[in-house]
Amino acid sequence: MESILSKYIKVSPNEVKVWFKAASVGDFHENGGACVKYRDKQIAVFNFKRKGQWFACQNLCPHKMEMVLSRGMLGDENGIPKIACPMHKKTFSLETGENLNGDLDAIATYPVKIENDFVYIGFSE
Amino acid sequence: MKTIIVVGNGMVGYKFCEKFISKKGSENYKLIVFGEEPRPAYDRVHLSEFFENEDAKALELAPVSWYVDNNIDLITNERVTDIHRSGKTITTAKEREFSYDYLVLATGSVPFVPPIKGVEKEGVFVYRTIEDLEGMLAYAAKLKKTKPNAKAAVLGGGLLGLEAGKAVMDMGLEPHVVEFAPKLMPRQLDSRSSKVLQLKLESIGINIHLSKATNQILGNGTITGMEFGEDDTLNVDMLVVSAGIRPRDEIAKTCDLEMGVRGGIVVNNKMQTSDEAIYAIGEVALYNQMIYGLVAPGYEMAEVAAEHILGKDTVMSSEIDMSTKLKLIGVDVASFGEPFMPAAKGHSILFEDKTKSLYKRINVSHDGKKLLGGILVGDATDYNMLHQIYLNGMAIPENPEDLIIGARGEGGASFGSAMDLPDTAQICSCENVTKGTICGVIENGSCENFAEVAKCTKASTSCGGCKPMVVDLVNETLKSLGKEVKNSVCEHFDYTRQELYGIIKVKRLTSFDETLDACGKGDGCEVCKPVVAAIFASLYMDTANKEDVIQDSNDKFLANIQRNGTYSVVPRIPGGEITPEKLIIIGEVGKKYNLYTKITGGQRIDLFGAELNDLPAIWKELIDGGFESGHAYGKALRTVKSCVGSTWCRYGLDESVSFAIELEERYKGLRSPHKLKGGVSGCIRECAEARGKDFGVIAVEGGWNLYVCGNGGATPKHALLLTEKVDNETCIKYLDRFLMYYIRTAAPLMRTAAWLDKLEGGMEQLKKIVVKDSLNIADELEREMQFLVDAYECEWKQAIENENTKKRFNHFVNSDDRDDNLVFVPMREQKMPEHWGN
Ligand SMILES: Cc1cc2nc3c(=O)[nH]c(=O)nc-3n(C[C@H](O)[C@H](O)[C@H](O)COP(=O)(O)OP(=O)(O)OC[C@H]3O[C@@H](n4cnc5c(N)ncnc54)[C@H](O)[C@@H]3O)c2cc1C
Repeated sequence: MESILSKYIKVSPNEVKVWFKAASVGDFHENGGACVKYRDKQIAVFNFKRKGQWFACQNLCPHKMEMVLSRGMLGDENGIPKIACPMHKKTFSLETGENLNGDLDAIATYPVKIENDFVYIGFSE
Repeated sequence: MKTIIVVGNGMVGYKFCEKFISKKGSENYKLIVFGEEPRPAYDRVHLSEFFENEDAKALELAPVSWYVDNNIDLITNERVTDIHRSGKTITTAKEREFSYDYLVLATGSVPFVPPIKGVEKEGVFVYRTIEDLEGMLAYAAKLKKTKPNAKAAVLGGGLLGLEAGKAVMDMGLEPHVVEFAPKLMPRQLDSRSSKVLQLKLESIGINIHLSKATNQILGNGTITGMEFGEDDTLNVDMLVVSAGIRPRDEIAKTCDLEMGVRGGIVVNNKMQTSDEAIYAIGEVALYNQMIYGLVAPGYEMAEVAAEHILGKDTVMSSEIDMSTKLKLIGVDVASFGEPFMPAAKGHSILFEDKTKSLYKRINVSHDGKKLLGGILVGDATDYNMLHQIYLNGMAIPENPEDLIIGARGEGGASFGSAMDLPDTAQICSCENVTKGTICGVIENGSCENFAEVAKCTKASTSCGGCKPMVVDLVNETLKSLGKEVKNSVCEHFDYTRQELYGIIKVKRLTSFDETLDACGKGDGCEVCKPVVAAIFASLYMDTANKEDVIQDSNDKFLANIQRNGTYSVVPRIPGGEITPEKLIIIGEVGKKYNLYTKITGGQRIDLFGAELNDLPAIWKELIDGGFESGHAYGKALRTVKSCVGSTWCRYGLDESVSFAIELEERYKGLRSPHKLKGGVSGCIRECAEARGKDFGVIAVEGGWNLYVCGNGGATPKHALLLTEKVDNETCIKYLDRFLMYYIRTAAPLMRTAAWLDKLEGGMEQLKKIVVKDSLNIADELEREMQFLVDAYECEWKQAIENENTKKRFNHFVNSDDRDDNLVFVPMREQKMPEHWGN
């Protein structure tokens, strides 16, 4: 279980080495999420239309280790964009990955960019 | 800088640290904490929750970072072995030495294991630490593989033993509780209440063996049974010993501190031992010649010791309250004050209703003015209030029996509100928070709602038992200040669900963003989105396909998400009636997609373990076979359960199956504040258990009786009679009105029973509204319901017919691969998700 978690490490914009072309913008529901496969990783990508922003994070919820965050609900807590896990409603900041309603470990977040109507996710390897 | 060494990082040792660092002057002390267990302190009181989720972290009282942030050195996995009083040092099992100025012993206790021959055998456990539970789980899992109907016994029928009994039952073992005394919970209950409890426990499947002295544990290396006397044995495959506790006082012996005859470290009312620099708190401390096996006295000891070290002269209460409420087991049990009382001190009032497994006893002083104690079994709703009346010596009604059977006449409560308590009344005994403190933080403006009060005073943050009372105090205080008490939905909507329902209806809002713009702020969240989605459904019969991103987890994929992220599939089987052909179709689908199948309590079939990708194909086959969505995933009508009725049954008075089908077809797809269940029985034998449902219809001579607002679950409630002897049409008319009125006015996630509790005027008022139409809204309610009934569409049919909605069931957007993280293991010829950590 540790080994799955250790696959996911936060990537900051300045650490990006590979921009992975994931799918076209139209494949993502507005204000919803979808899961992208990159090598052996599962990445949850969110089209936070209401904020006009895109976010990406690990699909793995660190609470029960299920690959489900992309199926969660978007929202904000005092302005911080967050994702609520569909299993037990643990919420995580999409900016820092921090668990907002508990003491779980932070989730890894990844940069997203949109170019020519395509969604790219930034990885360091 | 002075050093305080705390030995033991359990509940009380932790509380000592928490209290100490919050006090003025603590910055001049360094805290070093030793814990023998491998992890930081956790919530032992809620230990049994570990069985539900195996989540040790969730029980943690504070993360390791808390100790670091507060400059506390926490050393886990290291036992303190010796105290050298003359040099003020201690040594540990790793032979390290540390000096102290003050030493606080919070070493707790160990389960007492009676010296029975054979207790060392494999399969015998105690119940105290996370490691104990892990051992039990592993053993039970192993057992079940070779022996599907394995049995487990618990030695000891006390508070903890019963909790352990429930735990082994939940592990899938046949539970037996073995008690030496002739009654259960001998320290808290009298014989009658213990009998009531016993019957109730037996009815939920726990076997009780009283007056049994265990001579020997049988088995060759591994337990196979228990022997009580000649020819009196019980075959069991596992045993949990829960026969009381013994203080862990061995390190005090090594340095000659004064000890009790039967163990425990003697302390004075400042928690000092016979050595002034050494304190003892929690279950190891012998205060007033007693060991207190409850957390609340331990917390008070922690407070006293912390204050005393800092130079204050706070002392421990001279009388310790041992009132308790049993948790978890699914039956209310509580005892407070003097549960049994010698006739010399006062008289007792008893109320017993065997048909309802109900027993209440109060003990009242001779002059009839004071409540001295009591026992509640079967219904402990009034425990908090009775306990407070006892603790504060408050005046009781002229007819003390009103306290347990309620004032006769129009529904009034026999005791006033929590506001009548004195300011000094201790509302939260775990955290020692008084009524004055709770009301005070609201009066001075620092808090405005329950969540803030809990955060700031810590009330209700430990066992949570006092929460209803704290909520009442908060609301009443707000009201008294002229502030509106609002159960607003969340930070994004400053309205209650009922208000939001009204706004959406009047403004004809139809999307979430539109609603936020019209009357909310921010971007919404996981609380308000499903609430708004449900309102759209209740007003316009919008299905979950319309705006899937605001649906709750299950609605979003029209299926129930399960432990490993797979889903379950439940086709509707109205009234539980199904043809052999349709049964075969379900069987074929189950086989083809390798699903675990089980009959549900609502008379239908649940297919588990479906992967997200497969859901549309599975439903295509079911829909082609004539099935529709069963809405098992929604806060919506689930099933209308039926008995076979006069069609076949020789006692049946009417066609219960036909009527159940009619009702289920009428209300299918109806979304509501919480799930809705119905039942129809063909006679008063009530085989459909209709009175355990939100609405229940029972055939009697002359028509149907309609009952409403019942439920099973954690707080079972029988539905109450709304109207008698009506025909089908009238029954439906009243049901339409009742359901619509509930949908309009209930708070989110409030079942009908809880809603009725909150409805001013209760059942009488509901009858007036529904039957007499006192609010003059009956026509409107019926019209609204008819609109919803006419607008029904199967949402699974919608979902698979539209390529765009179908897309959301792919696990990946950029690949057709499945989730490779899923692992299933075999289970009785079917499959189940693998446990994490296996
Ligand atoms: C299953 C269960 C359910 C319970 N339910 C309730 C309830 O509903 N209500 C209630 O009030 N109480 C309940 N209790 C009792 C409650 O948990 C205890 O009263 C409370 O934990 C006592 O706290 P403590 O700190 O004194 O002891 P503990 O929590 O046992 O902590 C003592 C710690 O000290 C450590 N230790 C011991 N010796 C040494 C040493 N020499 N060096 C280093 N470390 C040492 C131990 O390993 C342990 O971690 C329950 C207990 C159990 C087991």
